[in-house]
Amino acid sequence: MPGRNQRITAALLPWRVSIVTTTLLLALPVLVVVSYGLLPAGEVWRHLADTVLADYVSNSLLLMLEVATGTLLIGVSTAWLTTMCRFPGRALFEWALLLPMAMPAYIIAYTYTGMFDVAGPVQSALREWLDLSYGDYWFPEIRSLGGAGIMLSLTLYPYVYLLSRAAFLEQSVCVLEVSRTLGNGPWQTFFRVALPLARPAVVAGLSLALMETLADYGTVQYFGIGTFTTGIFRTWFGMDDSAAAAQLSTTLLLFVFTLVLLERWSRRRMRYHHSSQRHQSLPGFVLRGHQKMGAILICSGALFFGFLLPAGQLLFWAIETRNMIDSSFLQLTLNTVGLAAGTALLALLLALLMGYGKRLIPERLTSASVRIAGMGYAVPGTVIAVGVMLPLAWIDNSLDSLMREHFGISTGLLLSGTLIALVFAYLVRFLAVSLQTVEAGLGKIRQTIDESARSLGARPGEVLTRIHLPMLKGSLLTALLLVFVDVMKELPATLVLRPFNFNTLAVRAFELASDERLMDSSSAALAIVLAGIIPVILLSRSIRHSRAQHDLST
Amino acid sequence: MKKIITLGLVLALAAIAPQAISSEVNVYSARKEALIKPLLDRFTDQTGIKVNLVTGKADALLKRLTSEGANSPADLLITTDAGRLHRAKSAGVLQPVSSTTLNNTIPVSYRDPEGYWHGLSVRARVITYVKGKVTPDQLARYEDLADATWKGRICIRSSGNIYNQSLVASLLEANGEEATQAWANGMVGNMARKPKGGDRDQVKAAAAGVCDLAVVNTYYLGAMINSDDEKQREAAAKVAILWPNQEGRGAHVNVSGAGVTQSAKHREEAIRLLEFLVSEDSQAWYARVNHEYPVREGVEWSDTLKQWGQFKADNLNLSRLGINNPEAVRLMDRAGWK
Repeated sequence: MPGRNQRITAALLPWRVSIVTTTLLLALPVLVVVSYGLLPAGEVWRHLADTVLADYVSNSLLLMLEVATGTLLIGVSTAWLTTMCRFPGRALFEWALLLPMAMPAYIIAYTYTGMFDVAGPVQSALREWLDLSYGDYWFPEIRSLGGAGIMLSLTLYPYVYLLSRAAFLEQSVCVLEVSRTLGNGPWQTFFRVALPLARPAVVAGLSLALMETLADYGTVQYFGIGTFTTGIFRTWFGMDDSAAAAQLSTTLLLFVFTLVLLERWSRRRMRYHHSSQRHQSLPGFVLRGHQKMGAILICSGALFFGFLLPAGQLLFWAIETRNMIDSSFLQLTLNTVGLAAGTALLALLLALLMGYGKRLIPERLTSASVRIAGMGYAVPGTVIAVGVMLPLAWIDNSLDSLMREHFGISTGLLLSGTLIALVFAYLVRFLAVSLQTVEAGLGKIRQTIDESARSLGARPGEVLTRIHLPMLKGSLLTALLLVFVDVMKELPATLVLRPFNFNTLAVRAFELASDERLMDSSSAALAIVLAGIIPVILLSRSIRHSRAQHDLST
Repeated sequence: MKKIITLGLVLALAAIAPQAISSEVNVYSARKEALIKPLLDRFTDQTGIKVNLVTGKADALLKRLTSEGANSPADLLITTDAGRLHRAKSAGVLQPVSSTTLNNTIPVSYRDPEGYWHGLSVRARVITYVKGKVTPDQLARYEDLADATWKGRICIRSSGNIYNQSLVASLLEANGEEATQAWANGMVGNMARKPKGGDRDQVKAAAAGVCDLAVVNTYYLGAMINSDDEKQREAAAKVAILWPNQEGRGAHVNVSGAGVTQSAKHREEAIRLLEFLVSEDSQAWYARVNHEYPVREGVEWSDTLKQWGQFKADNLNLSRLGINNPEAVRLMDRAGWK
């Protein structure tokens, strides 16, 4: 027996080594930033605590609460409706509900402000028609904490929608039917059976949305809301105190870590595998009357406010400023799509390595590694960029002086200021996205399948490629798409790390928008949205297809 | 075998090592692409020197420059405020440049005393008032904004913005800490709403009746007056500029400017580019396209600038803005300026 154990351990060694190495590499930028926090920060902390810290904490918490409520309400309800119910337009909503994901949150914030602010067309028209002046009437303030929550919810609910829908699609019909025969109505079945079963996926989607919320800078900054992110920037750049800023970042990370742990703890020993095969098509409750109207209203509401309205406004502006679309546009689009696709693929490979490795070696070391590798998602892009810049420049400069000394040649900067640095930063920031998706998918495959395959002689790698990958097709595509779209929208790290003469659509859109030339920026923003739509449609089709194939195969 | 590998390695490294091609210059620019690229293209046309450009936020570019150190490819750092240039100088990433063209063209207060950086265009931060609601004799100085008569009548953006930080830094220099703290407290009490949006939003809000005074940078107002968008033109038409502190130190101004980096491998080209950027043509371009004031004397202003008329500018050396910046931020935090 000891011999066999040793053999197993030896077979797993490469997995263990690559997981830990990847984690160390990906954690490096965050560790660099955290290590800054070890320096004494002096009286800046006292100042922060006396003045703005309470605001940062309460605003960040409230914003998270708003986004959690918003994304759960919209995401889960629409996912359930489009998966389990039948009503007119369902096939369209199925993919169209993903569209808001292609919309950067700061762009939607700019657009809504343009429309609904006190000087915007809506309020101006109101004042003109009713002959009122400012202060005579009440109108919801877009640029407020509540407004920021709505903007972020509208662009982030697709994470929850996508992952819950994938979970609902994979749910066993038998379980749902058993629930019905035991006397549960459709609502009870949803709340007592389907939702609890989908919990890991829902939570995965929600935590992505919340981490994105914590890292958001563009929206809160434009709305003038002091959160942790704006605080980090202020402290770092305004007060020129990198130690205090790093300590703020560390606090943010600790907070995220605690949340993750709390969620894990609350699930403890529960497992969420399929208890039966999914060899039957989903029930498809046919909705009538009020229910039908309600379903259509919910889905079209999310689609309208999250996509059609802002995209329509962007389109209108883009037509008005069509001279902004010049010959460089094609290059911008190619740069953007190429970077996004490459990063998405790399992130998927790493996520598979980490996710499957953790399943293979369920030890504290590996599961801690996986958690740490995914931490970058809650860290603002600029902070990660700085964390990437410092070690890479150090490597470059050390190599340079080494080569000068021994060969008399200067190698200059080999990594800094290249696409490698940029893609590395993307991976640090977005690995969590593909990791969450892959993990949620893997979690639904029973461990006994692995055990059977292994006992039949399959090596760990074979189990992954021959058994898991085909079963995970939907999750893998989801992971690809999410990272793809995220990279397309990413701004702060791209701005700092990109090479000379290299621009992306997000950079173009941001430069014009931040110069308060919102209308001129619309064509680039619209191009991001358009480039994001194609993979969204592809993805949605293949998710549906994966279910259909299963149905056919039996 | 070993020798071949070593040789191959050396050759490969030599191939990827950045070649010191003399006819190019590398620029890190906090000025947005749309507001610098046309000038750089013209420079390339005239001189044949290729310009490689990365744009970004000033602080982040500065961080990139410092971390890259002596091997940084950047030759020139362009920013849109003097505070950051000063910070770059103190971080040791700039080098002094002495050029008679630059020294003769740029007034002393708009460049670093030791030649580490040079201002390229000037912008003023002014008070605008809604015509018909306020008459220009009701206030004259930034200091007056804290007066209780303006309670609930002022629009200004957040304290996270560098232009507000610089304004407060200049007040700190003029009036000292205690008076400036009192000013900031009064200012916060007078705000018509929580600070939000950019400078143009303040003008729009004033035009829509939210407030009677708005504090903005001149070029934003200039862009609104000359906008293709009718609504922006209408909003801008409702306000007028009040040049602050004309009896005293003058209106608060800042510059966009540039400095040659310590690591510059194309120093000569970088200086040529600097000189090009203060040439008459380039200076007229700043005024025409972005409604900034030229640093060079005798360059024709745009019609909009002419309409606003001459004004007295605070001749405080702009390095002070950078030095006072951290204190300014803390002071605004204490005042509760969001």
